[in-house]
Amino acid sequence: MAPDTPPLIALDGLTKTYSGITALADAGFTIAAGEAVCLAGENGSGKSTLIKILAGVEQPDRGVVRIGGVAQGALNPRLSAAAGIMVIFQDFSLFPNLSVAENIAFSIELGQHRKLFNAARVREVALRTLARVGVDIDPNVAVETLSVAHKQLVAICRALASEARLIIMDEPTTALTEREVRALLDIIRRLKADGVAVLFVSHKLAEVLEVCEKVVVLRNGRKVAEGPAHEFDAASLTRHMTGRDVAEQPPEPLDPASPVLLQVRGLTKKGAFDAVTFDLRAGEVLGISGLLGSGRTALAKALFGLVAPEAGRIDLGGEAVKLGDPLAAATAGIGYVPEDRLTEGLFLTQSILRNVAVGRLEAHGSTGLLDLKAMWGEAADWLGRLSVKAARPEAPVRSLSGGNQQRVVLARWLARGPRVLVLNGPSVGVDVGSKSDIHRIIRDLSAQGLGVIVISDDLPELLATCHRILVMKAGRITDELSGSATSETDLAHRLAS
Amino acid sequence: MKIDFTRNETLVALIILGFCVIAAVSDPRFLSMATLTDLLRGGIVMGIFAVAALLVLLSGGIDVSFTAVAAFAMYTTAMLLNTLAPGVPWPVAFALAMSIGAALGAINGILIAGFGLPTLIVTLGTLSVFRGFMLAFIGSKQITTLPEGMREFGRMMMIRGTNADGSFYSLHWAFAATVLVVVVTWFLLHRTLLGRQIFAIGGSEESARRIGINVQAVQFFVYVYVGVLAGLAGVIHASMARVANPFDLVGLELSVIAAVVLGGARLAGGYGTLTGTLLGVALIVLVRNSLIVIGIPNTWQSIAVGVLILIGTGVPAWQAKRAAARAS
Repeated sequence: MAPDTPPLIALDGLTKTYSGITALADAGFTIAAGEAVCLAGENGSGKSTLIKILAGVEQPDRGVVRIGGVAQGALNPRLSAAAGIMVIFQDFSLFPNLSVAENIAFSIELGQHRKLFNAARVREVALRTLARVGVDIDPNVAVETLSVAHKQLVAICRALASEARLIIMDEPTTALTEREVRALLDIIRRLKADGVAVLFVSHKLAEVLEVCEKVVVLRNGRKVAEGPAHEFDAASLTRHMTGRDVAEQPPEPLDPASPVLLQVRGLTKKGAFDAVTFDLRAGEVLGISGLLGSGRTALAKALFGLVAPEAGRIDLGGEAVKLGDPLAAATAGIGYVPEDRLTEGLFLTQSILRNVAVGRLEAHGSTGLLDLKAMWGEAADWLGRLSVKAARPEAPVRSLSGGNQQRVVLARWLARGPRVLVLNGPSVGVDVGSKSDIHRIIRDLSAQGLGVIVISDDLPELLATCHRILVMKAGRITDELSGSATSETDLAHRLAS
Repeated sequence: MKIDFTRNETLVALIILGFCVIAAVSDPRFLSMATLTDLLRGGIVMGIFAVAALLVLLSGGIDVSFTAVAAFAMYTTAMLLNTLAPGVPWPVAFALAMSIGAALGAINGILIAGFGLPTLIVTLGTLSVFRGFMLAFIGSKQITTLPEGMREFGRMMMIRGTNADGSFYSLHWAFAATVLVVVVTWFLLHRTLLGRQIFAIGGSEESARRIGINVQAVQFFVYVYVGVLAGLAGVIHASMARVANPFDLVGLELSVIAAVVLGGARLAGGYGTLTGTLLGVALIVLVRNSLIVIGIPNTWQSIAVGVLILIGTGVPAWQAKRAAARAS
């Protein structure tokens, strides 16, 4: 980059306060054409505010946005879009009922103030853009039939079709599998070669670091680090984002005398898992890992009766648990925290308190009437013990951050006093600080004698929490490793081989 | 061409076909010009209503007030012309009814697009208000002597003839109006950017807003368009019945929405076709006119319609659910 050409985007001294709370304080950095920049930060660090200012949705209180060296007055969404700044939101903002071609071409058709709709022209725009990105998606199919990864590509194509010069991607990798992330990175490289700049906004940045030139870290609204991407790694990013070292120590060794709590023998479901046998002792944290499609999620659900196995048995404390019956599993003392807590684990529009209390309706309703006072008290108590940060316990659970939502699900189960807790992907979509808090909670629970099963493909997480790790491949348990005697590379190798 | 059995259109077409086969077997006279023209005649007003209802469903809303708009427009037009200008030709009556419809539709549009109120609640409210206003302030007695223009239109036949057995059949020119409405609406939906914006809003209102669609303007247009169609349907209904009865039409709205949903439109918005809508209307009119032919008494009519709705919308929904369960 020649020093005399101004950068594509230069942000200088951006400050924004919402009713007295500073969301962004004196933040500034530059993005050059064809450059990829990582904007890292935990929830509440000011990332979203910064995106909104760039997209023209919010106006900064102070500071300047320069596009191509020209200081902009008040931006609005239309001006931002005209300047080539395109935001791809986490939900992609697509139209599920319209074809891929229409989704890609809709904004330019609107921008050109067309009156009549010409399917051939729209299709041509779509094919040209798809070719530019180098992906092969049928332009005639409805977007609702596409996979998440393909939907994201359609969103990228739509941005490109409208002459994007900077594409802002909000949490681009959260919903993608590893292979899809790699495909996305290849496309980002193509875009950069084309002169398009990319701003990744995420709290899960290790994955995109390799295509980025620059990293900017925000914390509490301030820029706390900025530098070339090769100077950062996952650990230093975490340190900057949280402002503390969250190096985690492995759990205390298990008492060799602790009794076997859960026995799983020959659990089999055709096409999902085969002859799964293991023991879980009281106070033990057992990790189960495997790649996508290894059967780990089906096994997790089977342990809680959500999937009915064809053969095998589960005994808890010496008594058989009825298979394929979640109610029986819950009564026996098994708790399950699902991977997708938004659709499987929470009543999003209901209050935080109700989300916890719903697990205890029976206990407080034995007379036929609910003992509301005791029920609310107990729920509030568990929310406090897990330090759920909520302004009001009556607020809908939807208003909480990912980490706090996960704690609410945990609180509901813990209130029931379970003996075994199955956690499927306990820190998916949770920011770094909350993640280490959840790991601490897991360690505390096991220290109190609970048996915990952690199902995850996050290897550092498994190493930080588990006494033992089982590796699954094609539905079978292929390895059993001791948590303290295993390294991340060894585990990764065993998973993939 | 491969037949897609997961589509409502296919299912409804097959049910219609099956119905006709059974009817023809039990009474060979079923397959006659008279049955066809009866069917088409029965579909004129319902067809226009259904196109209007489809448009609202596509945009992600629901309108139950269109029958009240139609009754209001038809009765007020007849009343106004009788008192002020009884001799004007029928196009003037049509224009007046459609303008009244547009004005009432604009009220829905202001409440829904302007104030962002829920569509079902607004139109439930206006259904009652429009109807009540007409009965209280305009009139509640039948107008048996229609203005000259409407009487003239009522006599305009496209086809007229006699069957071999001596019975008469005829097809009214109003059928051409329904065809015109379908053609114009098809063009609007599939050949104009405005039509595509209606689909887009029905697909995701939030996304539509983010890419710069003027959601309010499009919604306002939809309700005015529906008002115009309702006004047209109303004046046609009165002209063909040769009487303006203020108690007509209201009550039909749920059957109309049922026909549209039967044809594959989703209540959640964004999905639906004109072909499906017309097939849905055809099936419901067929059941109403000809249930007796296949040996089911007419008292069973509403049960039959209900069962058809359950089958016609339930089977595809059940298939989709099974497909989703298999995929996960």
